[in-house]
Amino acid sequence: MELTGAEIVVRCLAEEGVEFVFGYPGGAVLNIYDEIYKQSKFKHVLVRHEQAAVHAADGYARASGRVGVALVTSGPGATNAVTGIATAYMDSIPMVVISGQVPTPAIGMDAFQEVDMVGITRPCVKHNFLVKDAKDIAVTLKKAFYIASTGRPGPVVVDIPKDVTQLKAEFDYPKSVKLRSYNPTTKGHTGQIKRAVQMLLEAKRPMIYTGGGAVQSNAAAELTQLVRLLGFPCTSTLMGLGGYPATDPQFLGMLGMHGTYEANMAMQHSDVLVAVGARFDDRVIGNPEHFEQGGRKIIHIDIDPASIAKRVKVDVPIVGNVRDVLKEMIKLIQASKERPEPSALKTWWTQIELWRAQNPLRYDHDSELIKPQYVIEKMYEITKGDAIVCSDVGQHQMWAAQFYKFDKPRRWINSGGLGTMGFGMPAAMGAQLANPGGTVACVTGEGSIQMNIQELSTCKQFNLPLKIILLNNRYLGMVRQWQEFFYGERYSQSYMEALPDFIKLAEAYGHVGMTIEKPGDVEGALKEAFGPSLKERLVFMNFITDQTENVFPMIPAGKGLNEMILV
Amino acid sequence: MRHIISLLMENESGALSRVAGLFSARAYNIESLTVAPTEDATLSRMTIVTRGSDDVIEQITKQLNKLIDVVKVIDLSEGGHIERELMLVKVRAEGELREEMKRMSDIFRGRIIDVTDKTYTIELTGAGYKLDAFLEALDKDAILETVRTGASGIGRGDRILKV
Ligand SMILES: Cc1ncc(C[n+]2csc(CCOP(=O)(O)OP(=O)(O)O)c2C)c(N)n1
Repeated sequence: MELTGAEIVVRCLAEEGVEFVFGYPGGAVLNIYDEIYKQSKFKHVLVRHEQAAVHAADGYARASGRVGVALVTSGPGATNAVTGIATAYMDSIPMVVISGQVPTPAIGMDAFQEVDMVGITRPCVKHNFLVKDAKDIAVTLKKAFYIASTGRPGPVVVDIPKDVTQLKAEFDYPKSVKLRSYNPTTKGHTGQIKRAVQMLLEAKRPMIYTGGGAVQSNAAAELTQLVRLLGFPCTSTLMGLGGYPATDPQFLGMLGMHGTYEANMAMQHSDVLVAVGARFDDRVIGNPEHFEQGGRKIIHIDIDPASIAKRVKVDVPIVGNVRDVLKEMIKLIQASKERPEPSALKTWWTQIELWRAQNPLRYDHDSELIKPQYVIEKMYEITKGDAIVCSDVGQHQMWAAQFYKFDKPRRWINSGGLGTMGFGMPAAMGAQLANPGGTVACVTGEGSIQMNIQELSTCKQFNLPLKIILLNNRYLGMVRQWQEFFYGERYSQSYMEALPDFIKLAEAYGHVGMTIEKPGDVEGALKEAFGPSLKERLVFMNFITDQTENVFPMIPAGKGLNEMILV
Repeated sequence: MRHIISLLMENESGALSRVAGLFSARAYNIESLTVAPTEDATLSRMTIVTRGSDDVIEQITKQLNKLIDVVKVIDLSEGGHIERELMLVKVRAEGELREEMKRMSDIFRGRIIDVTDKTYTIELTGAGYKLDAFLEALDKDAILETVRTGASGIGRGDRILKV
């Protein structure tokens, strides 16, 4: 059957089982929008800025494990989407972004709203395509979904010129595609897995370090089983939180720049370290030369061979899908009679408990001012640890990661790799759509929230009852903290003056606003906001917090894991 | 260490910019890069000469393999291989130089492919170091223009890069 390019686009999305397309119309995509108008297979979510469309598709993908889809017009629509695409790329989020392009004869003519989208996004996508012929649309979109969701996931951009959406072609959506140049390894090498297991069984000071890969490959159950089977300590990166239950005694908390003392010390002093879908990022191990002085043996499991041996030398590389590799390891251990030496493990745990007793995550509970950590702790209690928490970027992000105990995967959604302020609320919109009826909170700062505040309007239109937890310290807090520590307290441009009245602002957008100024009011306000009476409403909670609170512990950039500032 | 990396990639528009972009984005060094379609018009063959420690070269090959359009990558320097580069040099060929240039070209097994009463254009192929040696051997003032293609490489004997 002959269809127009625009009809084909819409049919492909329906065939892929897409539920939501997050987008914003414009000249180059008018044909596609006309077809969207005529269909009912998926819902279009009209955002207020293209960056938010991409973050929302991203939040949807992180919360659901499915491919997020965004649609933007050419030129400014496309460039507005770039920050969102780069954010998804850094965190390996499966996503397809369709951008309009000027008609093919106009390409290269500096046409109105022309921008070289394939060129601009090349360094921040897993792959991208320019479709030059209507007959190529279906196969290109099939490839885009396949590439985005397999191997190490990532965003794929499909740029479609306007004339291509107008022309007709035969429509036949392929069931599957094969690319001779793309065959991601999924099954780990059996010999390497055996070596790894042997090494684990002989370890005296073992450590398991997990990252976003464990969450993305849906390996939480296997990870938990393995860690318990071995009786080893486990830590997680910012991206991996929820992959292993945070309330479990074997969990040492998050590691890295603002990680716990016990997690960082155990990393540094371990003799066998297993990295599970994590990449030894600079915010995690600090200075790689210092880290390598530890002289431990490293087993690295990752779907992306290029992540292995990139920053640190690895003894046993295992390329494969984390979940499948963990399954095989569990089988081998169960079949083996050997077990890690109990006395060595006991000594190791005794040491770890000593580190743990230092508890640098403590904060002042008797303050007259609202402590941001307290807000997160109370929110954790009131939501029974079962909310999906989306975060922006800054101090509040670290406090949320430290004080909300994630026992399940896909409950903690934040921009870890790119650190994009403005990510939180749009991502929460996507997460809410993926979990209708679920509790979705957005933890944010007064700097970050203002980067995409316009999305309050989208939330109204689509009845998204987010709970916005604004930890308002009147500072770009994380910047202020660095200026306090490393720039002689010269607070250059980090004080936020002329903040809006957030209650009025929330109300102007049709939502509920609250300002909370006293520690004694925190619990009641949270109970009300998360309670049944406001279940259907977006509640914007403006917590006036202690301005000078800092995130501790902290490893200064470029330092080693055991060179932490505690309090 | 100097490495010569060969790869096959889909002959798609923009493929070259993906490779070039990868090298600049990750601050890898490129000494030369050549590319042209193969006997199978859907595939391009690329030869990249780069320098780096073993760790960097390992990352380069992994990152190249990760590009969706790249079908196969090998590091030719890991085994027997042949490397050739083509150079065209336009030199002064007046008076005494006329005989001298002819002689130098013969010694290096070059060919004079264009002649005017003032200039010769010499064509020379060989490994990069041979072309360097030729330029070294000439009087600097005699060289008017040089064009080099960058190295192309192929494995020796049974070492074949094919889909
Ligand atoms: C788009 C963007 N611009 C700048 C930064 C640098 N930056 C990191 S944290 C931060 C301050 C965030 O302030 P706020 O949202 O108020 O959160 P707080 O740290 O006070 O909790 C800034 C400016 C960034 N991460 N993202």
